[in-house]
Amino acid sequence: MNTSPLSTLFGYFALLSLFAVGGANAAIPEMHRIAVEVMHWMNDRQFADMFAIAQLSPGPNVIIVTLIGYHVAGLAGAAVATVGMCGPTCLMAFFVARVWDRFKDAHWRIAIQNGLIPVSLGLIAASAFVLARAADHNVYAVVLTAVTAVVTFTTRMNPLWIFAAGGLLGLSGWL
Amino acid sequence: MPESSAPPPTIAKRPSLTELLVSFAVVALSGFGGALPWARRMIVEQKCWMTTQEFNETFALSQFLPGPNLVNFSVVFGSRFGGVAGAAVAFAGLMGPPLVIVTVLAVLYANYGDLEVLSRILAGIATTAAGLLIAVVAKMAAPLFTKRWNSGPLIAILAFLGVAIMHWPLPWVFAGLAPVSIGFAWFKR
Repeated sequence: MNTSPLSTLFGYFALLSLFAVGGANAAIPEMHRIAVEVMHWMNDRQFADMFAIAQLSPGPNVIIVTLIGYHVAGLAGAAVATVGMCGPTCLMAFFVARVWDRFKDAHWRIAIQNGLIPVSLGLIAASAFVLARAADHNVYAVVLTAVTAVVTFTTRMNPLWIFAAGGLLGLSGWL
Repeated sequence: MPESSAPPPTIAKRPSLTELLVSFAVVALSGFGGALPWARRMIVEQKCWMTTQEFNETFALSQFLPGPNLVNFSVVFGSRFGGVAGAAVAFAGLMGPPLVIVTVLAVLYANYGDLEVLSRILAGIATTAAGLLIAVVAKMAAPLFTKRWNSGPLIAILAFLGVAIMHWPLPWVFAGLAPVSIGFAWFKR
């Protein structure tokens, strides 16, 4: 197979975007499977790094595809991955928006939306699992992930503080 | 429909293309860790471009569609006020500034990602980012798992096992579970 990395990037992300029910976070495991396990574009640590950078950047979480694209094929890769992930679904959003009023109260429409909620929940849970496995290499890291989950669930602390604490603990060499 | 029970008429303002571009850029840049609350604040409270109900309905559409929710929202919102140009401008505002920032970060990472100091800091942030995502899952799961018996938890667990443990491709897992889950939702009423 002699396909260029650009068409591979575009094809993968365009296909992936159509199954990303529940947003970009639901697509993380599939991105990981392709980038790390199938294509060997990067290792676990690099994937976890890119997720961290995407979280640190302002804007939509989908921006992680730009980082993956850049890693694979430079600026062109970044552009192609971003267009692949956003293009097809943007077109779909544009056209569905024009007919939405006609079927927004339809029973089948509500059934689809309600039926997809558990699927996206399972996918986002898989994202958390895949990321924790990629990021946590010792027992301290697992504890930090667990503590972060509990603190975030029970308080409304700004994630910036949590990232700052995580970065400092990482710097200390414990993780 | 009785007119008296309707909410007070909103001052229906229409954003210009420039306003769309700037507003979505502001939302993107302030929207750290989820830009939805910022989008709601700007559109409903500050600019009065939509009522709360209109906003919720438009956002429901964005969630209904596959792909990144906020990106979908920018297209739907922009197209409503400015057609193709409006959609393009809102999308450009939302994605433009973050793309510039993340490209700079990508270049820095490509050059300095192997530095011990940087990789330790990123490892720490990734560890907490995984924890944040677990909390998101817990918040989403709470209503699903506390209801009377329904198919939701089973579907969610199967999706998790298929993707996280079995490492099956997402399209397969989706094709296997989504129709079943939608079927349950259809008959539940």
